[in-house]
Amino acid sequence: MSTTTGDSAVGDTDQVPRVAVPRPPDRPRRSPSELRAAVRRRLRRTRRRAIVRTGRLIRRAVHAWRGSLQLRVGAITMLVAGVLVVVVSLVLFRQISDQLLGAKQRAAIAQSLSGVQYAQSEVGGIATGDSASIRSTLQRTVENLQSRGGAAGDFDVVMVYRSGDDERPASSRRDIWAALPADLRAQVADGSQAYRYAPVSDAGGRPVPTLLVGAPVPTEGQSGDRVEVYFAFPLDQEQATLEGIRSTVGITCVVLTLFVAGIGVLVTRLVVDPVRRAAGGAQRLAEGHLEERLAVRGEDDLARLATSFNAMADSLQRQITQLEGLSQLQQRFTSDVSHELRTPLTTVQMAASVLHEAREDFDPAVARSAELLQNELNRFEMLLSDLLEISRYDAGAAVLEPEPQDLVPLVARVVEGMSALAARHDCELRVLTPPVPVIAEVDGRRVGRVLRNLVGNAIEHGRGEPVEITLAASSSAAAITVRDHGIGLTPADAQHVFDRFWRADASRVRTIGGSGLGLSISLEDARLHGGWLQVWGLPGQGAQFRLTVPMTAGAELTSSPLPLRPPFLPPVRSRS
Amino acid sequence: MPPSVPSQGTNRGRVLVVDDDAALAEMLGIVLRREGYEPAFVSDGARAVAAFQQLRPDLVLLDLMLPGRNGLQICADIRTTSTVPIVMLTAKGDTIDIVQGLEAGADDYVTKPFKPVELVARVRAQLRRGESVQAESLAIGDVQIDVPAHQVTRDGTAIGLTPLEFDLLVALARKPRQVFTRELLLEQVWGYRHAADTRLVNVHVQRLRAKVERDPENPEVVLTVRGVGYKAGPP
Repeated sequence: MSTTTGDSAVGDTDQVPRVAVPRPPDRPRRSPSELRAAVRRRLRRTRRRAIVRTGRLIRRAVHAWRGSLQLRVGAITMLVAGVLVVVVSLVLFRQISDQLLGAKQRAAIAQSLSGVQYAQSEVGGIATGDSASIRSTLQRTVENLQSRGGAAGDFDVVMVYRSGDDERPASSRRDIWAALPADLRAQVADGSQAYRYAPVSDAGGRPVPTLLVGAPVPTEGQSGDRVEVYFAFPLDQEQATLEGIRSTVGITCVVLTLFVAGIGVLVTRLVVDPVRRAAGGAQRLAEGHLEERLAVRGEDDLARLATSFNAMADSLQRQITQLEGLSQLQQRFTSDVSHELRTPLTTVQMAASVLHEAREDFDPAVARSAELLQNELNRFEMLLSDLLEISRYDAGAAVLEPEPQDLVPLVARVVEGMSALAARHDCELRVLTPPVPVIAEVDGRRVGRVLRNLVGNAIEHGRGEPVEITLAASSSAAAITVRDHGIGLTPADAQHVFDRFWRADASRVRTIGGSGLGLSISLEDARLHGGWLQVWGLPGQGAQFRLTVPMTAGAELTSSPLPLRPPFLPPVRSRS
Repeated sequence: MPPSVPSQGTNRGRVLVVDDDAALAEMLGIVLRREGYEPAFVSDGARAVAAFQQLRPDLVLLDLMLPGRNGLQICADIRTTSTVPIVMLTAKGDTIDIVQGLEAGADDYVTKPFKPVELVARVRAQLRRGESVQAESLAIGDVQIDVPAHQVTRDGTAIGLTPLEFDLLVALARKPRQVFTRELLLEQVWGYRHAADTRLVNVHVQRLRAKVERDPENPEVVLTVRGVGYKAGPP
C-alpha cells in the first residue's frame, strides 16, 4: 500500500464492502495530483456508500411495506385523511376569514360614508380660508371624526386638501399619509370612493394589515381644490382572530389525521391479530402440536375463521391419531407374528439340526431329506427375518442407534465375513480404505448389513471378476462403493433394483438364496441414516453401488466423497 | 407343571429352562441333554423364582415372553440374590427388548430362531466362566481385583459383581495399555467367534461402571476411547 498510483486506487474502489487498510505511519508525501485523486476517490466512496445505505433503507422500507398489513392500512388512512382534512380546513378557513373581513369592510364603509357627510358639513366652505385656517379646520375635523368613533372599531383619519399639485394633509397619526397606496389616491382623486388592504406601520413601527377607505369630500368652491378623507381601519384584531383560528385548525388537522390513522391501525389490528393468531396456530399445528386450538370469541367472521380452523385441526388430529393407532397396530402385529412364528420355527430348526447331525445313520433318501429340510429352513428363516425387518420399516418402528465408530475395521469385518462366499465363486475381493480411521456416527449393525448385502450381490453377479470395495471420507460424509465387473445393469434395471422381490434376471440361479428384500432393506437402512444408496450400471461394464452417510448423525448430506460413476471404464470384453 | 429334574448322562451343569412353549422346552431339553447338561423346566413365570431357589441351577435359560410373570422381572429378581449366568431367549430383534433384558441383569441372549450350535456355544461360554484361574492380583485405580477369590474391593469394601462383569473387568485390567474394541471384548468375555451384537458390551460396561465407578458419569476405571472401544483406567 506504500505506492498508491491512480490506476490501482480506481481498481481498489470497485469493491463495495471495503476493509479499511491502515496505512504505514511514515507514508510518502503525495503530490497535488495524487491528493486530488485521493479526494475524488474518497468522494466516490462516500457517494457509493450513501447509495448503498439508501438502497438498503429502501429495501427495508419496501420489505416492511409488503410485510405488514397494519403499516399499509395505517399509511393509506393517514394519507387520505390528511388530504381530506387539509382541504376541508382550507375551505373552512377561507369562509371564516371572508365573513370576518366582509363584516369589517361593511362597517368601515358605512363609517366612512357617515364620516364623509360630517366632513362635508365641517369643511363646506374651506376653500375660502387661508392656508392656516384650512390646516386648522382639517385638523379639527380629523380629531372630531376620530373621536366620533363607530361600529368598525378604532381607526385613524387623514384629510387632504388638494389644490393643483399642492397637497396639505392633516392626519390623526403621522405615518398614515405616507402609507396610502398611490393607486388608491389616484382613484379617490378621480372622484370615486375606494378601498384597499395595505400594510401600515403602527405606533411601534410594526406593519399591520389595514383597511384603507378613501372618499372625496364634496366642497363648494373652485373646481381645482379638493378635500379628500381617508380612513385607516387597522385589522390587527381580525388578524389575531384569524391567527388563532388558523393555529386551531392546523392543530385540529394534525390531531384528526393522527386520530383517523390510529383508528385505521386499531381496526386493522382487530382484524390482523386474529389472523396472525390463526397463522401462528397453523404453524404450531404443522410443527406437530396437534392439540393446538384457537379461542373463539363472538360470532363474527373472525370467530368463523377460528371455528373452521379448529374444525380442521380436529379432523387432522383425528386422522393422525387414527394413523398412529394403525401404525401401532401394525407394530403390535409385527411383534406378535414375530414371536408366534419364531418360537415354533426355533423348535423345528433345532429338530432339523438334530436330524441333520444324525443323517449318516439314515438311508440315503431320508438323509437327503434331512439336508433339504435344514437348508430350506435356513432360507425360510432369512425370508422371515427380512419380512419382519421391512415391515418394521413400514410401521415406522425402525430406530437408528448411531455411535461414533471407525468404518475401516467395519469394512474389514464384512469383507472377512464374505470371504468364504467369495472363495466359492472364485472371486477376489479388493479393499481400498484410507490409512487413517474414518470415525462416523453410524448404526454399525445397519451399515454392516448394507455392506454384506452389496458385497454378496456383487459376488453373485460378478462373473468371477474382482469386486472392489472402496471407502472414502470427507469432513461431512463417508462413502463406500462396491463395484463389480459382471453383466451390469441396464438403465431400466437400475430403476428397479431397489424394488421389493425384484430380480435382475428371473432365470438366474440364486446361490446365496436372497429373500429379494435385501436391497430394499439396505435402501431403508441408508435412508434411516439420512444417507444415500445409489446405483450405477452399464450392460457389460458391471455395476457400482454407493452408500453415503453423514459423518454426524442427523446432518444433511450435500455431496459424496466418491463418484457414483467409476472414473475409468475398461473396454467391453466379450466373454463366452 | 412342577419342576422336574430328569437325571441322565454325564453332568456338566444344571440348566433351568424357563419357557412356556412345551415343544420348545422339550427340544431344548433334548439338545442340552445331548451335550451333557442336566435340564430342569418351569413353564410358569410366577413359579420361576421359587424353582430357581429350590434347584440352584448353574445357568438359567429364560424366555422373555412368559405367562404369569414378565421375563424381565424374573431376571431382575434372580439377580438380587444370585450372580448365576442368565441367557435370555428372545423372539424380538428389537433393540429395546434386548437392552432392557441386559439391563435387568441377563449376561447374554439368543434370538429365536436359533440353532442348537449357537445355543450350546452360549451356554458353554457362560459356564466356562471362572474355570481357568491363576493366582493373580490386579488393580485399576483404587479398585483391587483378587482373581482366584473372584473378589473386587475398593478401600477394603467388597463390590459384588456377576461373573460376567468380573470377567469383563479382569479382561480390561490384564492389559492396561490396550484399547479393547467391542468385538475383541465379545470374543474374550462372551466367547463369540464372529462379531455379534456390540450392544452386549455397551450395556454391560454401563452395569459394571454403575458398580465400580465413584461417579459413573465421569468414569475412572473403565474408560471410553471414542470411536474405538474401552480401556482400563490408570492403575
